[in-house]
This record gives sequence, C-alpha cells and structure tokens, in this order.
Amino acid sequence: MDFIRPASWEEALAAKAEHPTAVPIAGGTDVMVEINFDHRRPEYLLDLNRIGDLTEWEVGEDTVRLGASVSYTKIMENLRAELPGLALASHTVASPQIRNRGGVGGNLGTASPAGDAHPALLSAGAEVEAESAARGTRLIPIDEFYTGVKRNALQPDELIRAVHIKKADGPQQYSKVGTRNAMVIAVCAFGLALHPETRTVRTGIGSAAPTPVRAKTAEDFLNAALEEGGFWDNGKIITPSAAKQFADLCSAACNPIDDVRGTASYRRHAVGVMARRTLTWTWESYRDARRASEGAA
Amino acid sequence: MPTNGAPTKITQGSQTKGGIGESTLRPDGTLKVTGEFAYSSDMWHEDMLWGQILRSTVAHAEIVSIDTGEALATPGVYAVLTYDDLPTAVKNYGLEIQDTPVLAHGKVRHHGEPVALVAADHPETARRAAAKIKVEYKELPVITDEASATAPDAILVHEGRDDHHSGHVPHPNIVHRQPIIRGNVEEARKRADVIVEGEYTFGMQDQAFLGPESGLAVPEEDGGVHLYIATQWLHSDLRQIAPVLGLPEEKVRMTLAGVGGAFGGREDLSMQIHACLLALRTGKPVKIVYNRFESFFGHVHRHPAKLYYEHGATKDGKLTHMKCKIVLDGGAYASASPAVVGNASSLSVGPYVIDDVDIEAIALYTNNPPCGAMRGFGAVQACFAYEAQMDKLAKKLGMDPVEFRQLNAMEQGTLMPTGQPVDSPAPVAELLRRVKAMPMPPERQWESSEGADVRQLPGGLSNTTHGEGVVRGIGYAVGIKNVGFSEGFDDYSTAKVRMEVVNGEPVATVHTAMAEVGQGGVTVHAQIARTELGVTQVTIHPADTRVGSAGSTSASRQTYVTGGAVKHTSELVREKVLELGRRKFGTYHPAWATAELLLEGGKVVTDGGEVLGDLVDVLGDEAVEIEAEWRHRPTEAFDLRTGQGNGHVQYSFAAHRAVVEVDTELGLVKVIELACAQDVGKALNPLSVVGQIQGGTIQGLGVAVMEEIIVDPKTAKVRNPSFTDYLIPTILDTPTIPVDVLELADDHAPYGLRGIGEAPTLSSTPAVLAAIRNATGLELNRTPVRPEHLTGTA
Amino acid sequence: MRVNFTVNGRPQEADDVWEGESLLYVLRERLGLPGSKNACEQGECGSCTVRLDGVPVCSCLVAAGQVEGREVVTVEGLADYAKQRSEGGCATGTCGTTLQDAQLGVPPGEAWGRQAKGTDSQTGEGTELSPIQQAFIDAGAVQCGFCTPGLLVAADEMLENNPDPTDADIREALSGNLCRCTGYEKIMDAVRLAAARQSEGV
Repeated sequence: MDFIRPASWEEALAAKAEHPTAVPIAGGTDVMVEINFDHRRPEYLLDLNRIGDLTEWEVGEDTVRLGASVSYTKIMENLRAELPGLALASHTVASPQIRNRGGVGGNLGTASPAGDAHPALLSAGAEVEAESAARGTRLIPIDEFYTGVKRNALQPDELIRAVHIKKADGPQQYSKVGTRNAMVIAVCAFGLALHPETRTVRTGIGSAAPTPVRAKTAEDFLNAALEEGGFWDNGKIITPSAAKQFADLCSAACNPIDDVRGTASYRRHAVGVMARRTLTWTWESYRDARRASEGAA
Repeated sequence: MPTNGAPTKITQGSQTKGGIGESTLRPDGTLKVTGEFAYSSDMWHEDMLWGQILRSTVAHAEIVSIDTGEALATPGVYAVLTYDDLPTAVKNYGLEIQDTPVLAHGKVRHHGEPVALVAADHPETARRAAAKIKVEYKELPVITDEASATAPDAILVHEGRDDHHSGHVPHPNIVHRQPIIRGNVEEARKRADVIVEGEYTFGMQDQAFLGPESGLAVPEEDGGVHLYIATQWLHSDLRQIAPVLGLPEEKVRMTLAGVGGAFGGREDLSMQIHACLLALRTGKPVKIVYNRFESFFGHVHRHPAKLYYEHGATKDGKLTHMKCKIVLDGGAYASASPAVVGNASSLSVGPYVIDDVDIEAIALYTNNPPCGAMRGFGAVQACFAYEAQMDKLAKKLGMDPVEFRQLNAMEQGTLMPTGQPVDSPAPVAELLRRVKAMPMPPERQWESSEGADVRQLPGGLSNTTHGEGVVRGIGYAVGIKNVGFSEGFDDYSTAKVRMEVVNGEPVATVHTAMAEVGQGGVTVHAQIARTELGVTQVTIHPADTRVGSAGSTSASRQTYVTGGAVKHTSELVREKVLELGRRKFGTYHPAWATAELLLEGGKVVTDGGEVLGDLVDVLGDEAVEIEAEWRHRPTEAFDLRTGQGNGHVQYSFAAHRAVVEVDTELGLVKVIELACAQDVGKALNPLSVVGQIQGGTIQGLGVAVMEEIIVDPKTAKVRNPSFTDYLIPTILDTPTIPVDVLELADDHAPYGLRGIGEAPTLSSTPAVLAAIRNATGLELNRTPVRPEHLTGTA
Repeated sequence: MRVNFTVNGRPQEADDVWEGESLLYVLRERLGLPGSKNACEQGECGSCTVRLDGVPVCSCLVAAGQVEGREVVTVEGLADYAKQRSEGGCATGTCGTTLQDAQLGVPPGEAWGRQAKGTDSQTGEGTELSPIQQAFIDAGAVQCGFCTPGLLVAADEMLENNPDPTDADIREALSGNLCRCTGYEKIMDAVRLAAARQSEGV
C-alpha cells in the first residue's frame, strides 16, 4: 500500500490520473473502517487532508458551493439557514467525533444508499463538481449521480471537489429512522424540501432502494394537488387525504430489502410516516412564514 | 516514640476511616483517568510478535485440507500452527465439559471457529499471512434449533459423548436437561379460574465489554510461559491451559492484566492457549488483540431461548400452578450451558409462591455460536417470560399488576420449587412497593419554548417525531437470582493478608487472585482490610496465580466469597497481631487478657473503646502474613429427575419500574426512566453498589430494545458482528435511573451482604417490555423488540 | 513511511509506519501512549477519542499519514492541556509539556505498577488531574475504565465550549462514546460535577 499526500488539488488530480485505483481518503470514516477490518487493501491511499480549499464553502446567489471535505459539524454550525435539510441530515450522522471528520464528499464517493446526506441533496437539488486532470471540471446533476449499490457516476480518474447545492427558498426537513437514538446507520431516511419559488416539492429517500432515490410520482401528485387547490397562495392546511396519498406514493417509491437493520416492509412503512410528518412540518413552517410576512405587510 | 512498648495514652477508639459502608473511591481511579492503567491490550514487550487467528468461514463443515505453506513463507512470519502442531494429547478445553478444540480438528462446528494461528512481526503481516492459509471445507447441514437438533436422524454436533451429562439427556444434541417437579400440576390446574399460556423468545445478547480479548505470553527461561491476561478467573484458565501446553501448572504463570469489562464473556478461554502456543513455539513474546469483529466470534454469548409457560390463578389472584419448558441454545460447545440450565430451571418460577410446578429446562448443542456465561444467566431469560405471564394474568383477572405480584410474592421461609427454603430476607413485595412509590417523571419533557427537543423524544437526533404518535407506557417487573456457585460446587476463595509497619505506619497488603473487571472488588477489599485490621493504608497486590484461587468474578459472588476470604484471613491476621501484642504488652494492662479486642484507627482497642496500644508498636519490625481459604455454606446438586435439592446459597432480588415513550407509528422507543429498588443486604460501598445496579439495568434495557446477535437460520452464520449493527445503548438511549437501596442483612453472609451484580439485569428487560405493551397494547412475546414488531411490519 | 507530528505538545516521529495504520495504532504501539483505547476500531465507540488540531476525533479512523505536521492531544496530556487552558495559556496543545519521555507501550513488569500504584482511597494524591478527570473519580464514573479516556477527552472539549450544559447537551455531546459498565448515570454526575466546580472556580 502506498500513501500519497498531495499538497494541492492539482497534485491530487495528477495522482488520481496516474493511479486510477487510488482510494481518496478525507475524513477516513468509511475508508479506515474497511482497512481496520481487513475488508479492503487499496494499492494507494490518496490523502486529501492537506488540500485546504476542500474544507471551504462559498454562499452564492442561488447555490452554496460546499467543499467536499467540509465537515458535518461545520455544516450544522454555519449553513443551517442556507441548507436546512442538509444541516438536519448532518446532525443525524453518527457521533460528534465522526461529524467532525466526515463530509459530503465522502458520502458521495462511497454512494452507499444509507449515506445520510443523500436524501437532503436530492430534495434540495444539487450538482456534484467532479474534476479530472485530463478533462477538467464537470457538474453532475444529483439525480444522475447514483448509479447502483455503492456506485456513482465518477470516472476512475475523477475526484469530487465540491457540491453545488441550491439554497433553500422554503422550509426543508429531514428524518431518519435508526434503532438507536444516536450513532446509528439509517434503517431508512427521508428528506423533503418545499420550493415556493418554483412551486414544487422535492423528496429524497435513503436506505430504501439500491440507490438514494426521489419519490417522483409522489412529488408530481403533490405538486399538482398544491397547484390545483391554490395552496401555495392560500396557505391552507394540506388535507389529510392528500398527505396520506403523498405518503403512500413515497412508500411506493421504495424498493427495499430485508437486512439486519430492518425489514423491507418496515422501511416502506416508515418512509410513508416520515413523508407525512416532514410534509406536515414543512408546510406548517411555510404557513407560519406566510402569515408572518402577511402580518408584516 | 515509646521505646519500652508501654501504651502511651489512652483515648477513645474510633471506627477506621475508609472501612466498609463508606463510598471510598477506586484505588485504580487515577490510573484509569490518566490513561496509565495497563489493560491487557496495552501490554508491550521488547521483540514481541503479534498473533493472529484464522477462523472458519462456515458454520459446519469437514476440513478436507489445510495448506499453510504460503503463509509460512511470508517474510516476517515466525510460526503458523494448526491442530497437528498441538504438543500433547490434550487438545480440547472447556469449563465443565472439555469439548472445545484448541484448533479445529477435521471439523468445524460454528462460524468463526479457530483453525490456525500465525505469529509475525506486525499485525498486518500476520493478517496477510493468515489470509494465505488455504482451508478446504466440505460443508455439512447445520443444526440451528430444537427441531433440527433433536430430529431422530439429526447429525450429532459431538459424536461419542462421554461427559457426565451424556447419560441422562434424552438426545446427544442436548447438553443437559434439568426437570423440577413439585406438587401436582394436574390437580392444581383444576383450582385455577384463569389460565394463561405464552411462548416467548429471547434473542442472543452479547456481553459487548469494551476491552477486546487480548493478552501477552512471554516465554520463560525454565521452559514455561508467563501470561498477562484479561480474564474472570485466573485459576480456571490455568487448569485448562497447562495440560494443552504439556506444562505443569507451576510453569504457567498468570498475571491479571487490566480488564476492560467482562460480564461473563471472559469466563471461557479465548486467546490464552493460542498466545502461549505461539510464544513457546517461537521463543518470543506474543501479543494477541482481537478487533471488534473477531471479538464477536471470540467469546460465548448469552443463550437465546424459547420459553413455553402456563400459569393458573384463582379469581382472587392466587397463583395455582406453573408448567414451563425452557429451551436454551448452547451453540456448538458446552461452555457454561449445564449451569445455565440449572439456573433457568430452579429460578423459572420467579420470586413467587407456587406450590405445584412442572419445569423442564434443556440446553441444545447446535451449530450456532457457542453460548455461555453472561450476567444473570438462565435467570434473565426466565424472568423475561414469567414477568410477561404475571402481567397477562393480572390483566385477565382485572387486577393491578403490582398488587397481583405482591399477593403472590415469596418471603423469607418460602420454599423454592427445588424444595429449598429461602432462609434470608426476601423483600419482594416491599421492593415492588418502593419502586412504585417513587415519583413519576414529568410528562412531555421534550416540550420547550423553542419547540420539541428531539433529543428527549423517540428517535432522538434522527428527528423522526416532534411528539406525533408518542404514547407513554409504564411497566413493572421483579426478579430473583442466585448468588455464588450452586449445585454442590465447592465455591471458595483464597486471600493472603500481610500486616507490617512501613515508614512508621501500619500497612496491610491484600493478595488475592480475584479478577478486577471493573466491579470494584479492589475497592471493597481495601475497605474490608481497613475495617478488620484498623489500618488506613492498604496495598492491593496484583492478582496472579502465586496465591490460591479466588473463583470467578461472576455469579454476583466476588464481594461475598473473596470479600469473605479477605475478611476471614484478616481476622486470622488480627488474632496473630493480638497474640503478638499480648506477648509484648500483656503485662501492662489487664484488658489484654480479658476484653474482646479490636483493631481500629491504627490501634488496639477494647470493645469498650479503650486504647491498649499502637499497631506500630505491637508489630515492631515483624510482619504477620497468612494465606487462607474461605468457603460459603455447601450446596447440593439438584436431583436429576425431580430437581429437588438445596442447590443455592443465597438469592438476590431487584424490582424495576420502566417509563417509556413509544412512537407508535414508527415503532421507536425512548425509555424515560428506569427506577430500581434492590435489597443488597449490606452496601459495603454505596457508590459502587448504585453503579452496579445502574450498569446492570442498562444491559437489561439493551436487550429489551436493540441488542441481538442475528444468526442466519440457513447457514448459522453471524450476520452482524460489529458495533455498527450490534447496537448497545448510547447515553442518549439511557434514562435516569433512580435507585432505592434496601439493606436487610443475610445472617449467613459476611457483614450480611448480598451479591448484587446480576439482579438488576433481570427485571429491567421485562419492565421495559411491560411498559411498551402498556403503551401499544401489543402482546410482544420476544425480546429485543424491534420497530417492525411494533408496527406490524416484521 | 515516516510520520512527524506533535502529541501533547511534544514533537514525535514514527518510523516504518505501515500505510494502513491508524493514528490510534501509532499512538498505542509506536509512541508508548496506550491511553487511547482500541474498543471497536470502526468509529462506533469513541474510546479512542483524541483532539486533532483541537477537534475531537476517533483516532482509529485517522490514517497515520494524515496527521503529518498536526497537533494531537490524548488523555495522557489532558491534565496539562486543561491546566494551560485555565491559566489562559495556549490551549491548542502546542506549548510546553510535562510528559515524561515517551515509552513504548507497557512492559509487563511495569504493568502492575500501572494498575495498582494507587493503593487505597487516597486517589489522586501526587497526580495533578484536570477537573473532569477528578470529577470522574469522585462521582464513581469509572468502573472498568476502558471507555474513560475517550469520554474524558470528549467531555473536556464540551465543557470548554459549553461551560453550563443542560443534561440533554451532555447526552448529545457524549453520544459518540459507549460505556458498557455504568449505565451512564455516574458519567452524567461527573460532567455535572465538573461543570459546577468549573463555574465555582474550584
């Protein structure tokens, strides 16, 4: 095993081009477990810790450009307003120690369906900034990023530099079911974002299909229902039957398995419950904000 | 400083500071908080090698061939050993039945069984070499439950058994069977107005001690070996290790290294013999440290169980009879299974008065992971089932579950189903009363001015509910556990106590082989020595095999038995010291000859408090040292047909009240409070007592809602050998644990004390389950209960 | 490979490090600092918690090569670290140390010296402890003690940032540290005690 310690991003890209099998290591929270437990012996470890700009973020007009190694702790502490869904998801990641090391780049690189960030990224809307020495930078839409169980759209010579995440234009929520109250891998997870500017709702489901997925049929149903009923304008409470149908459609979007963490049947059920609850919470926030702005006007 | 030895002054004697009953602090506390305390995995030796164990990848198979050539040729590798390299005819070990191969011979019987050993100069070298060992398996069908184990044509897990249980078991795949028959169940059933039946399942729990199995074996010049090891019982290890190495016991020196928790999981050998074999073969010190994955295969677990119960009661709430069958899965090797069967059967009635019982407990041999000792064994599984039965009965009778239990509670003088009278306080009804009387935790504690605090809700940080679906439930349970080794086992301990003057101060040194595994035995030994010998300074000598056996740190027995040995030996030392005093100073004061003399505060005092002399003067430059054994009252074996016999020496009782909040839609549970009341006889160290009760309580909580080793029934392979998927409670899963300590002395025990470590682990689980049933209305006949069981999605 | 970094204020050099080694292994087996514990090696127990450039991390998940040039504080350096902080000095662990010469692991002959040199309840005598260390002893928060080093590092860091924590804050901050012995109640007591003593300026 070789340990490559590039001092700059350019060096890292060059190393990855030269050694496409090199495994990038940043927070180490996935890679080191595999090494400690003898599950993996990569030829090269490519350390990204010395590349300072990976731990930086920029808040732009419409998006946040989040460096791949910005820790979950930093996201929780600094980006709660811009990225509320991701901040909530970050808070559910493992433990304080892990949140201090791990970042979204690792979640994307590993592309485990159980990665906590995925449902938040899917619901907010995001693009992954990948780069290679040979072809430069490309932006991969999050919907096209997850290609299979622990597989993603990266080429062997590419590294993830940042994620461009849409700044919240409305309330966002995130829920995750685990069988412990902290430090737990998701049995399943659900992210939901209201986008009042486009009058759309987006979702993300984790650990309930081979890849993180959106519940697109549920989104379409809800978008139509909200539009038809004029809900975005009148701010009425979403009817229980609409919420239930949305929840059922979210459950139907799952394609889960039975494993040691939970049954497929439970996962489908729990995603439905989380969908209904997060919709209730976000819509309530939306109504509150609307009332507040009306009151102020 | 008097030179003539005459008493210098007469003052009122006082209790010696730091004696029993005080919450003195741990002697190893400073070392443990500074990181200096040397655990077994911290051992290091110049020139040491690292040992690695190759384990079977299948549960049940014939070994067709093992090729170690490539591994042995790996640079940095010093030795590769298989069964063929074992040096003597003794190739098995075991606590009671020597059925466990040191290295697999021709066959593996469970997933993760040791097959070969490697020693190398770096752990990674050893791992890579182990991976190069080629083992060819021919897989066999797996035995995984009672049906497959006892089928007429079942493959025998162990062919040709000749152990002392083999003669009375109904099938060779049954390790041991213990029936208990008392009264006449068929007649008593006729008196019952209500009958409830239940079938219960208890999952496989892991001890999950945090300090992994580890040790360092150092070869010695005389051809022997010195093993620094984390264990629960040095002498039991020694008895099993020496014959395999072909060494006399005196050439196998054992010193207890720091132990990072045990809970029964270090009762059996793990890497002890392996490290010694590699050290003797290479002539170099060898260290072995399991990682967490290996630890799940490296020690026995709590027996999973199926329990079938029938209870009857009259309409005024009196229990009429009980019939039960308890099937414990012992896995591939016997380990402590016979004792677990004895406990499960003899304690299957619980702390209740039932005159007519028909009980059967068995442990199976299967190809599942071997199961053995874990805190409260046998009693834990039974308590889960009989307490569920009590709630069902109370419900059917329309009675309050606590009052129903109190109405049937045993007390001092009650006969156990074994016919043995309970001859010390058994305050079962009182413990229930106390736990019920504790103030209730406030409702909806999660509500705050800033909205719901998810940390205090089911789901915790995962943000699954802000109060939706959350229902509170309350449940009660009480349990009974035997203390000490039972069924005629010669349960004794040894202490060597020395008293001398060091730097002008009397100092006692206590030397035992007791394994300090975290329970605080070292704290208590020092307290006992202070109380008996009147000194302030007590040195606790390292535990090793240069002193006689202390027995195991298990069965809630160490404070009772080794504490008893320290007390007894201290008393002998005291007599010697007083003799010395009489010889030196007897002529100076008549009280030397007549009064009952005590040692207090560094002085010899009369029972009236008059000081006769300083210990410094009495001892002078002499040292008094005595090594003595002490044993509790003998017990008897249970009759193999009727289960009758005075099998236990003492019982321990605890009751719990659980308050839970359940997210009924998602099936997530938050335990809000687990209140406990326990009779401890006499709290030698109240701070430690409460710590034990709280710790035991949470191990019970763990197996109620999350902890289970999941074994694939088709392959008998373990599916979750990691802390990622075997979950133990975090600090966000644990509630407040108010503890009410009752001290009703047991006159048969030293200071009236009662063993305490296990009882709180019993009643915690059924109390939590009862509370969840109360919140959800579901029947819930298995533990742990998982979200899918609460949501109809299993 | 060779790794140079600072541990408890003292420059350290580790040679012949295998590229897959963790910081935890280097501390324990190469630098004679076995205080950080190896309970799970998968980031699930927190027993190996150290501060890396001031931030609590699981040292089992930090590759040794990643600490090149960085600052690490372990439980062995916690008392000094806390002392410097309370004296308003450098709290990053970069200045000064009183640690004895690094020693490789624990030779078995010394093992018992390292287990039993405190001979009775005169705990703490002669050893200067940080407030959180003393509170763990006083509150009975130590049983087997295997989780203790990691908990101490995590709790000390929490109290540094949140001197007056609620119970829920304490539980959240320590949710990455498993303890199997105590049921956590006495750990809660210890952290409350340390916070109270800190606010009293004791």
